[in-house]
Amino acid sequence: MTAIQETPATGAAAGAGVRREALYFAVRNGKLLAGFGIVLALFLLGFAGPALLEAADPNAYGTTPMSPPSGEHWFGTTTFGQDVFSQFVHGLRTTFIVGALGGGIAAVIAMAVGFTAGYRGGLVDEVLTMLTNIVLVIPTLAVLLIINAYLGVRSVPAQALFIGLTSWPWAARAIRAQTFSLRTRDFVALARLSGSSTRKIIMREIAPNMSSYLFMTFILLFGGSILIASSLDFIGLGPTEGISLGLMLQNANQWSAMQLGMWWWFLPPGAGITAVVGALYVANVGLDEVFNPKLRET
Amino acid sequence: MMLQLDNVTKVYKVGAFGGRTFAAVDGVSFDVRSGEVVSLIGESGSGKSTIGKMILGLTPVTAGSITVDGAPVKAAKEYYRHVQGVFQDPFSCYNPVFKADRVFQLIKESYYPQVSAAEWDGRVRSAIEDVRLDPGQVLGRYPHQLSGGQLQRLLIARALLLDIKLLVADEITSMLDASTRIDVLNLLAELKERGLGVLYVTHDLSLGNYLAERTVVLRNGAVVEMGLTDKVFGDPLHPYTRKLLAAVPRLNAPWEDAAPTDACRYHAGGASGALFEAEAGHFVACARLDGCPP
Repeated sequence: MTAIQETPATGAAAGAGVRREALYFAVRNGKLLAGFGIVLALFLLGFAGPALLEAADPNAYGTTPMSPPSGEHWFGTTTFGQDVFSQFVHGLRTTFIVGALGGGIAAVIAMAVGFTAGYRGGLVDEVLTMLTNIVLVIPTLAVLLIINAYLGVRSVPAQALFIGLTSWPWAARAIRAQTFSLRTRDFVALARLSGSSTRKIIMREIAPNMSSYLFMTFILLFGGSILIASSLDFIGLGPTEGISLGLMLQNANQWSAMQLGMWWWFLPPGAGITAVVGALYVANVGLDEVFNPKLRET
Repeated sequence: MMLQLDNVTKVYKVGAFGGRTFAAVDGVSFDVRSGEVVSLIGESGSGKSTIGKMILGLTPVTAGSITVDGAPVKAAKEYYRHVQGVFQDPFSCYNPVFKADRVFQLIKESYYPQVSAAEWDGRVRSAIEDVRLDPGQVLGRYPHQLSGGQLQRLLIARALLLDIKLLVADEITSMLDASTRIDVLNLLAELKERGLGVLYVTHDLSLGNYLAERTVVLRNGAVVEMGLTDKVFGDPLHPYTRKLLAAVPRLNAPWEDAAPTDACRYHAGGASGALFEAEAGHFVACARLDGCPP
């Protein structure tokens, strides 16, 4: 009961209280901590790791090819003597950039389209839904082939931009459907009676109701971008310079690492992709408990 | 004359391609004065909630006009300073992810940004006491931790924080138990004393009877009978009103069958829905009044 009296009902303190409360439950949620812990560890490895490594170029050829993991080469070396650990660390960085950029662009477009279409309805909804469906049926791979062939744009940001611009439709449809069902609720009508603008209603009434859903959308888009980028890299449509986890897999496949028993070549990149995407999903399950007050009562 | 509805019509497009139309509200005219409770009675689907929504600017009017103090309904901040609504389902009126007292915070942000937090807190507490709740018990709680009656009364307290002249109460007692219901009705009676106009939308005849000066009976989107509550309830003229009154359960009395339909041709709405003044302040929809039984 004392906690109730201590919480002030008014002023900026109420907003801060909500955030403090979310944080209180966040740091006590095992799933969230474990998921974010793994992602953070890999993130730090990807961004701080390259600076700590001796070899500047992860693709530089070495003198001891095809050697299994050892004290000198933690993850072993490739057919050309390249250090797999160095490639892995550099590849992680590329993977995070592609995931954050591609997932971020897609999430922003999906939210803008989904919220507007769902809340406005009518003609606006018809037009935006049509646009969504058009982008949804565009054969991404074929378009990328054409872009590659004609424009020759093959850098990491360009790849992320392309993935972001083509992977938002399903998320926009999901957000639109959620918004559609939430906007008819009485608390939206009550917010209108409280003089709130449409923007404020979307941002502060509808979006918080689906915050774990929105975060899940971002995680799925983030993971999806990584997977799309990896598959593009794997079939040889990746960036021509640098290294990524997908490119590592492609190289391993190309030089028959599997057949030659060089498990250390393809296992780290595969495990890295799985760990990042999987840990994000686990974190999302935990986030649902943090955002939804009904789920946190024990 | 504060709230004035003049020939208000709401038409929805229905069917696969919006080819057909359905008139939810059909040529409704009545008014609510300051310091008066008017009850709007009708069965489900009679268009009473639609009328409430149109007055609150939540859905546009197809034809006709609704004015408050001579100014048309405008879904804008300044309009809601004077006209507020309380809805039927208190559980749906609160954003489940926020604490219930956030509804007060929204009012402060929109209308009283200059009021200090401490002063606002005092106002909120006194408004909550006005609806006979204990501030310590309801502040800082999530909606699912409060009862329907508490939530409903908090919504009325929310409306009281503004300088309202008109309150649209849409079936506000339908989710409440019998004793809380009387509390809320007494609260409405108090608001009336303060000079507020209240449009009390209900399907429950006995509750409408309890506090309304005037009663409007709605059927299929059109007014069938309206006037002073005493007259409408004491001497119902329209067959539909009689049927409604006959349907009120009474102790130790078997239900009578509804009054028979007679020569009085009650209209289906629209142009035929002209109202005749049967006696002073008592209007009834009848094509030929002289064909009606006295």
